[in-house]
Amino acid sequence: MRLAEAWRVAWDALRANRMRSALTMLGVIIGVASVVLLVAIGTGTKQRVEQQVEGLGSNLLLVVPGRLDVGSAPALSPLTLQDVDAVGRVVGDPNRVAVTVASGATVRAGNREDFTTVQGVLETTPTVFAREVARGRYLTGSDVDTGRRVAVLGNSVARVLFPDREAVGQQINVAGVRFRVIGVFTPLGQSLGVDRDDEVHIPVTAAQRLYGTQRVDAIAVKAPDRERIDELGERIVAELNGRHPGTEFSAVTQEQILGVLGDILGILTGVLAAIAGISLLVGGVGVSNIMLVSVRERTREIGLRKAVGARPRDIGVQFLLEAVLLTSVGGLTGMALGVGGALLVAALSPIPAAVTWWSLALAFGVSAAVGIVFGVVPAQRAGRLDPVVALRAE
Amino acid sequence: MSRDPAIEAVEVSRTYELDGVSVPALRGVSLTIGAGDYVALIGPSGSGKSTLMHLLGGLDRPSGGRLVIGGREVGTLSAPELARLRNETIGFVFQAFHLLPRTSAVDNVALPLVYRGVGARQRRERAAAMLGRVGLGHRLHHRPNQLSGGEQQRVAIARALVTDPTVLLADEPTGNLDSTTGAAVLELLERLNVESGVALVMVTHDAEVAARARRRIAMRDGVVVADSADGGADA
Repeated sequence: MRLAEAWRVAWDALRANRMRSALTMLGVIIGVASVVLLVAIGTGTKQRVEQQVEGLGSNLLLVVPGRLDVGSAPALSPLTLQDVDAVGRVVGDPNRVAVTVASGATVRAGNREDFTTVQGVLETTPTVFAREVARGRYLTGSDVDTGRRVAVLGNSVARVLFPDREAVGQQINVAGVRFRVIGVFTPLGQSLGVDRDDEVHIPVTAAQRLYGTQRVDAIAVKAPDRERIDELGERIVAELNGRHPGTEFSAVTQEQILGVLGDILGILTGVLAAIAGISLLVGGVGVSNIMLVSVRERTREIGLRKAVGARPRDIGVQFLLEAVLLTSVGGLTGMALGVGGALLVAALSPIPAAVTWWSLALAFGVSAAVGIVFGVVPAQRAGRLDPVVALRAE
Repeated sequence: MSRDPAIEAVEVSRTYELDGVSVPALRGVSLTIGAGDYVALIGPSGSGKSTLMHLLGGLDRPSGGRLVIGGREVGTLSAPELARLRNETIGFVFQAFHLLPRTSAVDNVALPLVYRGVGARQRRERAAAMLGRVGLGHRLHHRPNQLSGGEQQRVAIARALVTDPTVLLADEPTGNLDSTTGAAVLELLERLNVESGVALVMVTHDAEVAARARRRIAMRDGVVVADSADGGADA
């Protein structure tokens, strides 16, 4: 029998049992669609995080106490503003050094309030982190030196506190202390469900007084030279280790952060794909099951075909093609649904989703392979049927 | 009969293994089916006539003896070779018709040609012509469930003959039909036997039907007990 003929016979057989074929395909459709969709979400999340880490500013070096590892507890910082000055001397340019001392606090304006992150910072923040002010101005050196009670609001905070008024020039109350709003940031949007515009910047000196502390949580440095960024990190760590014997410091680059995040998100994507793969496997078992039923049901047809000259191979190929057709049509439908679902998720929810060619190729290849693997046993069984016995079957 | 015999069986036996016990169904049958013969195969249930039919049709292989169909020794053929032999030399007609459901008459008739590698267009042409010969030229695209029992058996006969076989094996071809329809089907088989020279071997319980054949082979307990050739009713 010619192959084109065998395809037609397989297609007719599937159409003859539309409901059963559709339900069998559904298992494969769900499996393939979930592989495509979940891998798209994993990939999209990874891309988004990478963009955001890169968006922090280039040549960034983060200096923190303790080690930057997955799973290590954050250490209490012994860093002070004197250390920041020392780091500035190591770098050779104090304008390339930023700090943060952050705490959650309730911010009020009139009868409106918002619980947000209040960050004590230096006037260098926009330079180091590439932040922009939409209205008003950012903190100045004099604001920081004098501990002036002025604040720059994130876009979300400004909208919550001053929904129908210009925020710049208004008074706000941070943890019981009055501050004057001097600027509002350009919106950054969301990242992994976190609103990046939900923050307030005040001078680090004012923040330390507010929280009753001398400490600084972390230091960020914008390295002047990308090639020697690691060496600069080592020099900064050496300086800080000298100033704080007994405490370990780490200087991590963007690439290192990206690497750690990439590893975590890669594992996440892999786990999602594996879970979806299990459902694809279950779909394959369903195909095998239905093919065995089909062989039994059509035993007389097999006997007749053999009587009029079908070879064992002709019968085997016919049933194998049926299984492959089931899974590949199911696979294509699943791919379409997966891509559609990913586009929908990306458009309607904050979850990013990016469909990749390799996930489409993988899902389709696996579903076709599932058809072959799970179709072989029923097909062989059909091919080996004794025509005399098959013709007598009821 | 100067032509080579269509089928030649010499001391053919067939034994089935059931739970380790050997059950002999045929105990040494010798017979020859000549080209264009008209043979009735009769005998009670369990006499071995079905087993013999399967062997004569190349659906099964003998346990012993020598069976030659169309000049080929069946015992030496592989499953694919046997399939090809059936396709080229044998036509089957069954009591229960065995048509493919949800498949038109013309496609049912064309089925054996699929396995011969004939192209779709030529298959349709030959199947349609064959349906014309059995009087169903107006029913080409009807499905089996849209046809009467007699019409379904005619479709099955057309399918059996579309490959121009040398032997037509009919297993109780009128068993599922009323007497009038059955008689018509029988007449058709006899006409085709005369017209195309295909040997007709028919298993039957019906003594009247058997009496019409030119030759009757009676079986009992796995052996041939009578093989009588006469002029037949109206040959």
